[in-house]
Amino acid sequence: MTTTIDPTEVAKFEAMAAEWWDPNGKFKPLHLMNPCRLDYITMQIAAEYDRNLVAPHPFEGLRILDIGCGGGLLSEPMARLGADVVGADAAARNIPVAQVHAEQSGLKIDYRVTTAEDLAATGAQFDVVLNMEVVEHVADPLAYLTACRQLLKPGGLMICSTLNRNPKSFMMAIVGAEWVMRWLPKGTHDWAKFITPEELYDLIRRAGLDPVDKQGMVFNPVSWRWSLSDRDLSVNYVTASVKR
Amino acid sequence: MEHDADILIVGGGLNGPALGLALAQGGLRVAVIDARPAPQRAEAGFDGRAYALAIASKRLLAAIGVWGALDGKVQPILKIKASDGRPGQGPAPFFLTFDAGELEEGPMGYMVEDRHLYAAFLEAMRSAPGLELISGETVVAQDGAPQGVTVTLASGRVLRGRVLVGCDGRASGVAERAGIKRQGWGYGQTALVTAVRHERNHEGTAHQYFMPSGPLAILPLPGGHHSSIVWSEADAAAAAIQALDDAGYLEALRPRFGDFLGEISLAGARFTYPLNLTLAEAFVRPGLALVGDAAHGVHPIAGQGLNLGFRDVGALAEVLILAARRGEEIGALDVLQRYERWRRFDSTALALGMDSVNRLFSNDNPILRAGRDLGLGIVNALPGLRRGFMRQAAGLQGELPKLLAGQAI
Repeated sequence: MTTTIDPTEVAKFEAMAAEWWDPNGKFKPLHLMNPCRLDYITMQIAAEYDRNLVAPHPFEGLRILDIGCGGGLLSEPMARLGADVVGADAAARNIPVAQVHAEQSGLKIDYRVTTAEDLAATGAQFDVVLNMEVVEHVADPLAYLTACRQLLKPGGLMICSTLNRNPKSFMMAIVGAEWVMRWLPKGTHDWAKFITPEELYDLIRRAGLDPVDKQGMVFNPVSWRWSLSDRDLSVNYVTASVKR
Repeated sequence: MEHDADILIVGGGLNGPALGLALAQGGLRVAVIDARPAPQRAEAGFDGRAYALAIASKRLLAAIGVWGALDGKVQPILKIKASDGRPGQGPAPFFLTFDAGELEEGPMGYMVEDRHLYAAFLEAMRSAPGLELISGETVVAQDGAPQGVTVTLASGRVLRGRVLVGCDGRASGVAERAGIKRQGWGYGQTALVTAVRHERNHEGTAHQYFMPSGPLAILPLPGGHHSSIVWSEADAAAAAIQALDDAGYLEALRPRFGDFLGEISLAGARFTYPLNLTLAEAFVRPGLALVGDAAHGVHPIAGQGLNLGFRDVGALAEVLILAARRGEEIGALDVLQRYERWRRFDSTALALGMDSVNRLFSNDNPILRAGRDLGLGIVNALPGLRRGFMRQAAGLQGELPKLLAGQAI
């Protein structure tokens, strides 16, 4: 179901959308990381569903769910690649903002105020579930991942990223990103809720999915860019899992 | 908004077609808008205009399917000799010699004539799927709409795209219409460009003489008995030389050229290019990017202008193709800024570097002269340092775009 936007509120939402999508604004860290996340997501989907990324609209016919969609930083690229996208966010204020921006971008995306658990209860199913930087914020990761599994069609693909828990991730994600760089408001992350790759693989298996791949996402302060790494999963990392 | 193409490229010289071919190969739809009618340029006869292609540039041409058509029409540069000189006095005691044998990549570069290079581009563009070449059309207006860019052609045709790229040279109309200012420095020098026929075979050797009035480059053309000349003089002297008849021109050139290749005669048309350095204050805007001389016009010492342009082409093609594959909005400022960050430092450093080389050598102060003779001798005596210079000149240093390493994106 699509939320209808009150016309008098549009200007406010446009301003908020501009803020979400400003690469040097409040969401700068997400914008910096986005190309790297998208590299992983697009390559995993292309490999799983045998799509050619050089062709126009390679994801045509795929139904993709973006959980915690925010302003639509992942939903829009997926729609641009031809997928049929549902963007879900539990924060009601994000949805009209994402809708206004999708309209400006000329993209059709079904944005909804809902949670993974509520959406799963409706019986909705998808070819791909994007579950990026969410699992470290939820109260019960196993229940949440179980809902993600329900949201997948048989053979469907879940991409899940989060933060590792070790002294280095405390220095980088809490001290570095929140205290020193002020990229994120203090208290954005609770380090105790970070999850090691072994713990995440275990949770994913217990939720009924098969983990098939994991890679680190590493920030290089010299090139000021994120890149994927086979070896370094010490702070940010991303996984791919398939529904049995 | 319906788009006629993903990328609208203004400028059909060399960077425009190269970028168009690279992008089309990467799956993007491209329109290349060229002010000149295509057949006229493709049928051009020998006029002596030629480029020194660095190895990285050759790799880019191979990767975008243009190099094959140049088979047998290029002259490998096997050796470069740089020396300090003064007209009528012969070479200074110290020479700087670069030999292809010291680089594992083979020749140090290739000389190719403008007419052959452009014909090869034209042939490749005609058979490239996803690329439309619009010849004989000028742009009269451009507009950055929220969901894309629009250009209006003189014929009234309107084209819509996601990104507008200016490959339209140092007087870039794309930059001007976008309100991008440029900084420029004049040198008070003009390059005289022509081709000569000479008695002896050049054996693939390029020469660069640093004269008090400006550098003279002698660059080997195919066949062994023609060389391209790029000869810089102070503006007034250049104008006076250009005004001479062919016999007078040759008389002025002869003492500078020397007699090491035997008797010389003029073999091409005579061109002049005022030397200046220009730098656009920004290489990108939302939905817009500048490439080659439109972004940075450099002093043509060592022929780095085209090679720098091809680096821009490789970097911008890689940024745009990868962004499109990720589903990003390719006209978004943060996407285009990846290209700007990648290229701005490199091109500024090279522009300023060549500026100081020219200022150092275009001087007849005896102390400076002795110093640079010694400097050239020292560099020559240290193979490691010399190889570093060679790799730099060959375009093999810095973070290379994939196409310049000969890899597909």
